[in-house]
Amino acid sequence: MRRLIWLSVVAAVAIAYPLLLSSPFQQRLGALVLLYAIAASAWNIVGGYAGQVSVGHVVFFGCGAYAAMGSYAKFGLSPLFGIPGGIVVAVGLAAIIGVPTLRLSGHYFSMATIAVAETMRLIVTNTDWLGAAVGLSGPTVPRNIFDLSFLSSLPYYYLFLVVLTITLLITWWMTNSRMGFYLRAIKDSERAARSLGAPASRTKLYAYMLSAALTSVAGALYAMMFGFVDPESGFGTLISVKILIMAALGGAGLLFGPLVGAAILVPLEEISNSWLGGRGAGLTFVLYGAIIVLIARFQPSGLLSLFMRQSKRTSDTGASHAP
Amino acid sequence: MSFVLVQVIVGGLLLGAVYALFSSGLTLVWGMMNIVNFAHGDFVMLGMYVAYVVYILMGGGPLLGAPLATLVLATVGVVVYFALIRDIMKGPMLAQILGTFGLALLLRYSVFWWFGANFLSMPQDIVGGTYAFAGLRIEASRLLAGVVALLVTLGLHLLLTRTSLGSKMLAVAEDQTAAQLMGIRPDTMQAIAWAIAAGATGLAGALIANFFYIVPTVGETLSIVAFVTVSLGGFGSVPGALVAGLLIGVIESLSGYLIGAVYKDIVVYVLFLFFLWFRPQGLMGKT
Repeated sequence: MRRLIWLSVVAAVAIAYPLLLSSPFQQRLGALVLLYAIAASAWNIVGGYAGQVSVGHVVFFGCGAYAAMGSYAKFGLSPLFGIPGGIVVAVGLAAIIGVPTLRLSGHYFSMATIAVAETMRLIVTNTDWLGAAVGLSGPTVPRNIFDLSFLSSLPYYYLFLVVLTITLLITWWMTNSRMGFYLRAIKDSERAARSLGAPASRTKLYAYMLSAALTSVAGALYAMMFGFVDPESGFGTLISVKILIMAALGGAGLLFGPLVGAAILVPLEEISNSWLGGRGAGLTFVLYGAIIVLIARFQPSGLLSLFMRQSKRTSDTGASHAP
Repeated sequence: MSFVLVQVIVGGLLLGAVYALFSSGLTLVWGMMNIVNFAHGDFVMLGMYVAYVVYILMGGGPLLGAPLATLVLATVGVVVYFALIRDIMKGPMLAQILGTFGLALLLRYSVFWWFGANFLSMPQDIVGGTYAFAGLRIEASRLLAGVVALLVTLGLHLLLTRTSLGSKMLAVAEDQTAAQLMGIRPDTMQAIAWAIAAGATGLAGALIANFFYIVPTVGETLSIVAFVTVSLGGFGSVPGALVAGLLIGVIESLSGYLIGAVYKDIVVYVLFLFFLWFRPQGLMGKT
């Protein structure tokens, strides 16, 4: 019951936010929070629930972004057509990358994902067909609604809200399915999960592919909102890092963890950028670094878990009193 | 074999020796505590900036910059160990990865914020010109870096295998509880390992600062080089890191020369994935 009340409050705030705080800056901020929340929630499936810390998720983000802009720049099609294309490429790539790398555990998996992402960035930077270092641009002026290019951030805000809701529903559905139970067992102890008959490799691969598909959608939406994509904004390490930190800050492995993380970090970055200007970009990431170090040191399960643990503890004591 | 090719290989070997030097620090920490330092390349970057600042403020060459960078980074290593590593080592995998990754960002962008994103470089003649041997032309700064790095890496190997300090560190790596029962303090040994590992990066950074581009983000690439070296050489093996470092230096130089400069990093990364896939324990590592 309490859960339902909380959910309705969050939903009401999310729907009312851009109408109450309606300056262009605030609406853009809201849209960016939702966008990063989508990407971080997608990462959460494999990084949080399955415990495989991918540091190269930007690979799939870039697939979506380049597919959306590519379908317009190369074929004159609406970027909307790029979304399914991006999903197909991302899922295929996830299968190719996942089969060898998911065999690695812990640090080795993380290092491998960094290497894959850097390789992709270098390849795209040197591919003329993909615009090389300059990148690809979308429609400069809004043509029609199918281009999904709007002047105001408001339509993006509600579009992202819908996609985020779908992402969270998929995640919620997954955690309550057989796959979710397998993933949690694998996270606790892969060997134990295997010995009990959980198909560990297959489950991890499915989670990785699902996560890749959703991340590519986030990438496509990002490219549409900004109207362009280049190797740094499509395949740069910092995007991976942001996605990872938002999920970890809010709480990896918790449904609303990534949203909480995005709601804290995106305003922090945007405000410090607008206050400090170009040079502030460095300072923002100093701050990011400091936050991650502190989280890792003092609260590795994320901020949201502070509240979760509290409510769990009360329900635990309640159970122990029962006969 | 043409002269140019020999020249490229010699250049690769000299740079590879420096790779071996800073990677041996990573492999030491990794083998001893089973923790990967994602900020390892950024430590090298700090060493480069220390050497640069020493040159700007005091006009000192590598004779002054290299020892100072070693000292500064060794101190950084000890501070990082006690402030961060000791605690996250006991935590979940996510905390270990986040902790050193956050440290990497913190260092990289503090330097970025302070010095800006511009490429800096040391004057060409700071280590006295170019030598010619039997038709080969070798820059003195590269020769100095390669030879010093090779000697120090061998010295590190001797330290670990021939001294009582080395045996104590290996004992801690083998079994902490047993080592503690023998009167060895694991905490002290691990702090010393961090001092040595970080000190080696400082020295390596100061040595390559004389001919490498100095930029805040250079650590990202160097971290991956260190990962490749360690996974190729075997986790925890200094001789492995030496062989692997030299090999990677040569492969990188050859692919840069034969295929093109932009693809040399791709070759190294693909090699890394290949090794992780087929032999996660490395060439000389134990399973």
